[in-house]
Amino acid sequence: MSIISDRLKTGIINENPIFVQVIGMCPTLAVTSSAVNGAGMGLASTAVLIGSNVVISLLRNIIPKEIRIPAFIVIIATFVTILQFLLQGYAPALNDQLGIFIPLIVVNCLILGRAEAYASKNNVFSSIFDAIGMGLGFTISLTVLGAIREIFGNGTIFDGSALALRVMPASYEPALIMVLAPGAFITLGVLMAILNQRTINKRKKSN
Amino acid sequence: MNLFTIFIAAALVNNVVLAQFLGICPFLGVSKKVDTAKGMGMAVTFVMLLASTISYLVYEFVLVPWHIEYLYTIAFILVIASLVQLVEVIIKKTNPALYKSLGIFLPLITTNCAVLGVAINNMNEGFTLIQSLVNSLGCALGFTLAIVLLASLRERMEENTNIPEALKGLPITLITSGLMAIAFLGFSGLV
Repeated sequence: MSIISDRLKTGIINENPIFVQVIGMCPTLAVTSSAVNGAGMGLASTAVLIGSNVVISLLRNIIPKEIRIPAFIVIIATFVTILQFLLQGYAPALNDQLGIFIPLIVVNCLILGRAEAYASKNNVFSSIFDAIGMGLGFTISLTVLGAIREIFGNGTIFDGSALALRVMPASYEPALIMVLAPGAFITLGVLMAILNQRTINKRKKSN
Repeated sequence: MNLFTIFIAAALVNNVVLAQFLGICPFLGVSKKVDTAKGMGMAVTFVMLLASTISYLVYEFVLVPWHIEYLYTIAFILVIASLVQLVEVIIKKTNPALYKSLGIFLPLITTNCAVLGVAINNMNEGFTLIQSLVNSLGCALGFTLAIVLLASLRERMEENTNIPEALKGLPITLITSGLMAIAFLGFSGLV
């Protein structure tokens, strides 16, 4: 069971896709205008990641090395197409909110990166948990980012879902800039700076 | 929508990087030096124009007649992947210096959401071939503008020794991009 906790810890903390590896930036900045959108995108990407990791891991000894990237892309694109249909049918509201970023999951460097770095070299069992770990790391980071932007930009959290909560008092003037484009860049930059400072403090302590 | 409106909207008002959030990875990754940024901008422009043309043709003459429009994701990404492979071979032969400086970023244009995003946008908006070309040109030039601007800023910031260590590198770049995005917000309402 240590492979499971190892993969989960790697995905969520040590090699967090957004804050450590800095990949998959486009959806990170675009769909985190609210916590629900961030969580939805994270879960959608996790679903595609798990599916593609499993299939690529199963086929890892059959796909020739020279054409592995196009092969991976076709497998990932197939799962994304399936996801598009499922979302259109069962979650049309989320589908509208995420818009063009659902088909763009296919170019999310996270999924292709995990396929290349892990699934094509390891068995199905570890690949599943690698996908779950990375996907969870991605989802949690997206949700945190979305929640921060939503709290400051809208005064609510998880608005539009069953967990909706008004965080700021009613007289709070929402900072609209937070849910617009600039807010995404600045929030992510500040969060990264905070995490960097933690690393620097840790390094100073150990010196 | 007339062509000039499409072009201005694509390049400035809905800037592909600062408003639509497409192409962020190369935007953050290749913007350290102005020369590399210019090279990346040119490569993306070339790939984007070709990719939108071929995606449009594939959509109109393959997907629509056979009623398989829903397979656009797979079709477009295959077009883009093959195109980037081709561009890489051509640049390797004609301009080895540029090839060396772009390094890993050339194959990375395949996963550049901007190229796929613009192709999908053209399809969603129902543009004709000429309108798609103008939209793609506007987006590509908007991307080049944004990345060259950021590269110039970053080159200046390299000399600044006042930046706290926690902010050095990506955090200050992101905050700078945020300020650029605020500036580009000023273009809204132009068209």
